[in-house]
Amino acid sequence: MTTAATDRETPPFAAAAREAALTAAVALALTGPMIGLHAASQATGLVIETRWPEVAIAVALVFLGRFLLALLGRAFVWPVLAAGLAVAGGGLFVPFPNALLKAVCVAGGLIVALRAALMLVRPRMTAAARAKPALAARWVAPAAGAAMTAFALLLPVMPFADRQLLDLATLVVIYILLGWGLNIVVGLAGLLDLGYVAFYAVGAYSFALLAQYFAFSFWEALPLAGLFAAMFGVLLGFPVLRLRGDYLAIVTLGFGEMIRIVLTNWVALTRGPNGISGIPKPSFFGAPFARSPPEGTEAFHQIFDLAFSPMHRVIFLYYVALTLALLANVFILRIRTLPIGRAWEALREDEIACRALGLNPTSIKLSAFSLGAMFGGIAGCVFAARQSFISPESFSFIESAIILAIVVLGGMGSQIGVVCAAVLLIGLPEWFRELQDYRMLAFGGLMVMIMVWRPRGLLSHRDPTVRLPAARETPP
Amino acid sequence: MLRIDGAHAFYGHIQALRGVSLDVQEGEIVTLIGANGAGKSTLLMTVCGNPRAAAGEILFRGEDITRWPTHRIARAGIAHAPEGRRIFPRMTVMENLQMGAVAAAEDDARRAARLEHVFGLFPRLAERRFQRGGTLSGGEQQMLAIGRALMSGPKLLLLDEPSLGLAPIMVRTIFDAIATLNREDGLTVFLVEQNAYMALRIAHRGYVMVNGAIAMSGDAAALLADEEVRAAYLDGGHGKIAAGEGGAP
Ligand SMILES: Nc1ncnc2c1ncn2[C@@H]1O[C@H](COP(=O)(O)OP(=O)(O)OP(=O)(O)O)[C@@H](O)[C@H]1O
Ligand SMILES: [Mg+2]
Repeated sequence: MTTAATDRETPPFAAAAREAALTAAVALALTGPMIGLHAASQATGLVIETRWPEVAIAVALVFLGRFLLALLGRAFVWPVLAAGLAVAGGGLFVPFPNALLKAVCVAGGLIVALRAALMLVRPRMTAAARAKPALAARWVAPAAGAAMTAFALLLPVMPFADRQLLDLATLVVIYILLGWGLNIVVGLAGLLDLGYVAFYAVGAYSFALLAQYFAFSFWEALPLAGLFAAMFGVLLGFPVLRLRGDYLAIVTLGFGEMIRIVLTNWVALTRGPNGISGIPKPSFFGAPFARSPPEGTEAFHQIFDLAFSPMHRVIFLYYVALTLALLANVFILRIRTLPIGRAWEALREDEIACRALGLNPTSIKLSAFSLGAMFGGIAGCVFAARQSFISPESFSFIESAIILAIVVLGGMGSQIGVVCAAVLLIGLPEWFRELQDYRMLAFGGLMVMIMVWRPRGLLSHRDPTVRLPAARETPP
Repeated sequence: MLRIDGAHAFYGHIQALRGVSLDVQEGEIVTLIGANGAGKSTLLMTVCGNPRAAAGEILFRGEDITRWPTHRIARAGIAHAPEGRRIFPRMTVMENLQMGAVAAAEDDARRAARLEHVFGLFPRLAERRFQRGGTLSGGEQQMLAIGRALMSGPKLLLLDEPSLGLAPIMVRTIFDAIATLNREDGLTVFLVEQNAYMALRIAHRGYVMVNGAIAMSGDAAALLADEEVRAAYLDGGHGKIAAGEGGAP
């Protein structure tokens, strides 16, 4: 009661500023010695260097963040949203003395903006959900999906899209594809697979080996890579799918590692740790992206009468990945509404009930496992084409963990959630490359934050697959 | 229609069924009553092949289904609404019902007619068709479990304690629906119940199970009037049968 009364008396800005000043004072006390004084070793021995600008910036950031959050608590939602975005955006361009502060500034701004956005969205969503559950789902998800697709399609022609960004975007799309594939297994069918990277590796190595030994092109190898991975899914699925939960997780983890170890040690076939290089890039329906194509073929830039540019190949690969991902998305959305997709979800919910309804759990699990594997294989094939070089190192357990993190963070079973999480987990760390050392720390911090605030993932909303009006389903 | 002959079933070393024999004729409601842990649910599960009968045989419409895989048994026309309802909590009422129809390979028109039929039987489900299964009340969930079982168009419906945890008025609603299904559609029902009074009132015949074996059987009305049954399952229940000393049928 007393706090409410004081709040009403003091103007909100003053109260927020006071709160922020207090927090900043604490931050000063902490950062002063820890950041401000730096023991550097020099020829003469240890000397203490001072870094006061860093301290000042850190304290200022803490003040700003606390101030905005305090205002948010006092219902200034829109201004805080704008300010948060401004801080995040500004942080990208303003020079900072070191990259960590830059990251703190950008991430902090984004978090504040995100909280403001959640405050805007949440009350409305619950109200709308209560009034008409179908409505929010019917418009919000497709609208967001369409906006993202449009952005992705236009990305290469954006003024800021340079080669590095497009390369990164291709990688993000590959991870989105992987996330969607694993989402079938983990999110829809509820089978915890910790060795998903095995299928990624099978796809990548299928292409690499076919290209090396039989001179297959990307387009010839792509369906085969998907097929091989799916076959591997079936092979692996038969023995392991009788296990459940933790046991399944452990066994798949083992299989994932086994594939990597086989690839490392089967030197005669895979050249072991040296990897396979010279993997061809995809051609444009037979036309290569080369300055001077081999005799008898016309290169891409000649067909379209353009000046040769190495960017063409990068842009094309990006579009190839994007097209495959969009096709996968359509496929998954469609199959979710079919009996088999429905059965995956039912199996996740209650296996005994599924049996009672005459469903065969083994074949349902196997179909989920092999379809998920197929998408992993396709992603692997694209990955091999992007890198031109692969080695077993690219397929270690951490890859499985990252893909799983994308699925879990995104919200199990949510297609758009996977996209958001992939951008967050793959895109941002690459952007802040200089922060290599802090990546795992940030990764862990992000995980903890998600688990606290959104334990079921960023977008945990599950769209019902049937929302036709009653009249369609049951003629009156 | 269903004939169980000397069925034995085990969970590991524990023997849950010790030579159960009973039969259910076409068009009947037959109820099986018995104390907790008598093996009633096990018997229904054994009919569905999980656990499999270690000895004895199970015939459905003259065919030996004892060794069939579970999903094949369900497809042959036996629908099982398991104990504790087991609806899919995150799926909507509509999706739950459609899951029931997945196994029966049929055209859309038949399926739509089934749906209409279920909604006619349980109008509450029609009102709540887009609600998530997990947010339904217990009684509504039971309606959904029965409705889902009906969606495959079964010839025999196995119900395991549909009255579990329901208030008397809801029990009456559910049992009325079961009786209606039997009377109007001629559906054969094998009903496992704790609520012996209600079960014997709608059933034609009944069996009493004690310690994994059938202890008594007879007309529902006769069982309802029987001194020992009354003592064991109706009036407080401390009689001889429930304590496992009942004689052979
Ligand atoms: N999965 C299982 N594993 C091991 N033992 C089991 C299993 N399921 C049931 N049992 C045992 O089998 C016996 C019969 O159980 P069942 O569930 O068939 O009883 P019930 O008659 O349905 O009882 P209730 O009326 O309480 O549901 C019990 O002793 C029980 O402990
Ligand atoms: Mg039981």
